[in-house]
Amino acid sequence: MNVVFERTPALSDRPTHYCPGCTHGIIHRLVAEALDELGVREKAVGVAPVGCAVLAYNYFNCDVQQAAHGRAPAVATGIKRVNADNVVFTYQGDGDLASIGCAEIVHAAARGEKITTIFVNNAIYGMTGGQMAPTTLEGQKTTTSPYGRKIESTGHPIQVSEMLATLPGAVFVERVSVHDVPNIRKAKKAIKKAFEDQLNGQGFGIVELLSTCPTNWGMAPQEALEWLTGNMIPYYPLGNFRSPEEVE
Amino acid sequence: MPKVEFDRERCKGCELCVPVCPKDIVLMDDVINQKGYRVATVREMDKCIGCAMCAMMCPDTVIKVFK
Repeated sequence: MNVVFERTPALSDRPTHYCPGCTHGIIHRLVAEALDELGVREKAVGVAPVGCAVLAYNYFNCDVQQAAHGRAPAVATGIKRVNADNVVFTYQGDGDLASIGCAEIVHAAARGEKITTIFVNNAIYGMTGGQMAPTTLEGQKTTTSPYGRKIESTGHPIQVSEMLATLPGAVFVERVSVHDVPNIRKAKKAIKKAFEDQLNGQGFGIVELLSTCPTNWGMAPQEALEWLTGNMIPYYPLGNFRSPEEVE
Repeated sequence: MPKVEFDRERCKGCELCVPVCPKDIVLMDDVINQKGYRVATVREMDKCIGCAMCAMMCPDTVIKVFK
């Protein structure tokens, strides 16, 4: 009898601190599987954000540096420029990347830094207690928008992939989701492609993954996946916005 | 014969593995683990086809699949 599915070596056996049903665990696994399948675990360096994934260094069996809030792309830039042979990735949430770290990610993409960003978008601040994020949808209730987000006072949610795809330095931009098995497979393919582009020295790559936050959305895990499908995907359409093949 | 193994103590009882099973055999056990969660399990293991859908969906790598 053969093992057809088990924990990949790049993922440590330490149980995660994430809430039940949080899709961070799925995304961690996809990143780890991509590193193992490309055989780059020994030269991979991750940069963890501030947010729920702040303890990511406990879960990846590769080198990981934790960065100041939003500054993961800046730290990753330094690591990659000094050690060009390493495979460097940042793992950031939407509060980290789209709010306080907005300048860092835009300029890392503009400079075409040869790093890969795993951007987990769950439309809310998770760790700090469910506050409104730049990616929170119109009408979505959070602890700081208890009557639902209002466009006239807080503006429109930021579509990060669309924004970064306008920059010539960003060679790979794709938005995927992890709400069901076919989409999880597509997400894995996108992450692997982003790492391959980095290995080929092609430039900045970002994979935006639509994710859930059952605890702060106030939903059961399965209900949260349905909410993602019905509400997030219409505003954050899935698909590839840029790939090196079309840039050349 | 395909089969799945659940690492009970890792399970957080989120139930995401239950609806994705094409054979509808994954269910929540009455047993509670040390973390205090009801854990997922399969009783009719002879119906398992080893598709690994449950394992793909699990956020906590609880499930190991054999075929």
